[in-house]
Amino acid sequence: MRRLVVAAALALPMLGQAAIAQETVKLGYIDPLSGGGASVGEGGLKTFQYLAEELNAKGGILGKKVEIVPLDNKTNPQESLIQAQKAIDAGVRYVTQGNGSAVGGALSDFVTKYNERNPGKEVLYYNYAAVDPILTNDKCSFWHFRWDANSDIKMEALTNYMKDQPAIKKVYLINQDYSFGQSVRTTARAMLAKKRSDIQIVGDELHPLLKITDFAPYVAKIKASGADTVVTGNWGQDIALLLKASADAGLKVNWYTYYAGGSGGPTAIKQTGLNHQVFQITEGFANVDHKESQDFEKAFRAKVDLSLWYPRAVNEMRMFAAAAEKAKSLEPIKVAQALEDMKFEVFNGGEGIMRKDDHQFFQPIYISSFGERSEKEPFDDEKTGWGWKLVAKVDTAQTMLPTTCKMDRP
Amino acid sequence: MLELIVISTLNGVLYGMLLFLMASGLTVIFSMLGVLNFAHASFYMLGAFFGFQISRWVGFWPALLIAPLLAGAIGAAVERYGLRRVHKNGHVAELLFTFGLAFAIEEIVQIIWGKSPVDFRVPPLLDFPAFTIFSTNYPAFKMFMLLVSVAIFLGLLLALKKTRIGLIVQAALTHPHMVGHLGHNVGRIFMLVFGVGTALAAVAGVIAGPALVTQSNMAGLLGPILFVVVVVGGLGSLPGAFIASLLIGLLQTFAVSMNASLAGLLGPLSPDLAQSWLSDIWNVTIAQIAPIMPYLLLVLVLIFRPMGLLGTRDT
Repeated sequence: MRRLVVAAALALPMLGQAAIAQETVKLGYIDPLSGGGASVGEGGLKTFQYLAEELNAKGGILGKKVEIVPLDNKTNPQESLIQAQKAIDAGVRYVTQGNGSAVGGALSDFVTKYNERNPGKEVLYYNYAAVDPILTNDKCSFWHFRWDANSDIKMEALTNYMKDQPAIKKVYLINQDYSFGQSVRTTARAMLAKKRSDIQIVGDELHPLLKITDFAPYVAKIKASGADTVVTGNWGQDIALLLKASADAGLKVNWYTYYAGGSGGPTAIKQTGLNHQVFQITEGFANVDHKESQDFEKAFRAKVDLSLWYPRAVNEMRMFAAAAEKAKSLEPIKVAQALEDMKFEVFNGGEGIMRKDDHQFFQPIYISSFGERSEKEPFDDEKTGWGWKLVAKVDTAQTMLPTTCKMDRP
Repeated sequence: MLELIVISTLNGVLYGMLLFLMASGLTVIFSMLGVLNFAHASFYMLGAFFGFQISRWVGFWPALLIAPLLAGAIGAAVERYGLRRVHKNGHVAELLFTFGLAFAIEEIVQIIWGKSPVDFRVPPLLDFPAFTIFSTNYPAFKMFMLLVSVAIFLGLLLALKKTRIGLIVQAALTHPHMVGHLGHNVGRIFMLVFGVGTALAAVAGVIAGPALVTQSNMAGLLGPILFVVVVVGGLGSLPGAFIASLLIGLLQTFAVSMNASLAGLLGPLSPDLAQSWLSDIWNVTIAQIAPIMPYLLLVLVLIFRPMGLLGTRDT
């Protein structure tokens, strides 16, 4: 009798787990939840959890509930692979990651090799923010899909705008010392030289990733260089602290950034008093004149008390659901095939397309500046009273850069 | 150029003084107990978080007093009820104890305040530019940080040189057993020194928190540099720690402002080297290697002057 009870006690939870596993789609969220990247990682996690709830309220994907499995990678490639393996062992077939292209590269590699060795148990990697161009060029993979515009696309759009600003004469580049930061600096140099040969690059800085707590020495150097414009791909605390140090030192320049709107950025910009002199380039923002996304923003802020920083995550999750429904399957390989060349109405309006050749998503891109608001900008950021204002919109067709990807298909 | 030098000097001195606030306690504890306290930077973090929380309730100024006292009390308790018991099992056990403590404190801070940075603001009274040199503002709060650190350095020096307890501490630094044999309560002195040392680190935390970032990895970012300061300055030497702190502060700040690289220096001699497999090393600027400069200094000091700049015993 006792033996029977023990056996039942062992078997019941297993049965329970199996039953639950069948009813949920697990998405492994591998991003920093501690260390210097924690502020962005936690924001991303809340966003994905909110999106999962949104999908679940509508019945989930193919009737299965979506569950986000948070895994802390400490912005470290090695740690990410351990977490990815852990996720796979727990039955995860889809992983998503965004912060850090070094991590993105390692994960893409890992997933590709894993899938070669484990046919029938494939894992898909959804990349929502690692923008090093190499991931959809030389090192592209069938198992990797990217929803954020890659760094080259962003720089192309940013420099197209900068070339018509005659006030820009001396540019200072400051970036994080790893694959993405190096790619930003190289592309910025090349594109500025081509489009505005009269612009002088007065500084080109690389600093350690997410390790600097005081940017005052760097700001002193920018100031001494006589730059009127700074271009940076910094993200996370590296952009917030850079802006904070400039506010303290009273550095008055124009900022062309990828991620100034990230956590802590808006507060620092308000401190600098640089009204509409800090620009960012994103695939969407709160004040885009589009009713559905503004309604979403309101609901999102009410629920998680954050502004939506990842419209691309919304696109990712909604397209995931759409692709699974189109394929009528949750097998990663079928979902991947359904995603290829899929056209989709993006979060902020307009049509985007997931290009089959390299698995890069193309979508409208916006340049916006941060400052005082008019009636057209209903949303502020971080309770500063200031908000992002539309400066320029680049349509999907104009973002289509060629790729060198030669994809191996299963 | 002059502007860059002046501003970098100010920034470097400020960073150096912040390091000194922490290293002063660490170096005294190290030489008395013979144990490198891995958790020392954690008390700096505790100071910052206590400061943040208390300033929410009663304002920044009371926090500047209460937070260090609180952290110091915890430090003293750690020595009395933790380290002293572990001491029986030898130095390795003590080392492991402080190592574990650092992780425990970090986890506890994460549980209470989360992993993202908290919004620790500069008090409004000091939120203005103190002065403007060459069109660069220097924040009043940073000036205040500088003054507090200098005041503490002077106070500490006076206490050590002029008071009775200071004399006993100095004696215990070099001859702990002799001091015990003379009838002084060495245990209580250890506890006191540990408490004061951690409280000083907490002061650094309270004043650095608003100026830098207050988050749960701040101890990990500063901890290793403290050991460099202690070794370079010389074991148990307060003036040594002072000089080493300033040296490292200035070294790091000035290295950031330099763009020289091997390519710039020797490039014209052999341009083809820049294309070879050496190109990475060839094009790296001093600014890029600024963060590892202190560790380079550490290695050099250990090789050429193991007792440190002003130390008397080998480390």
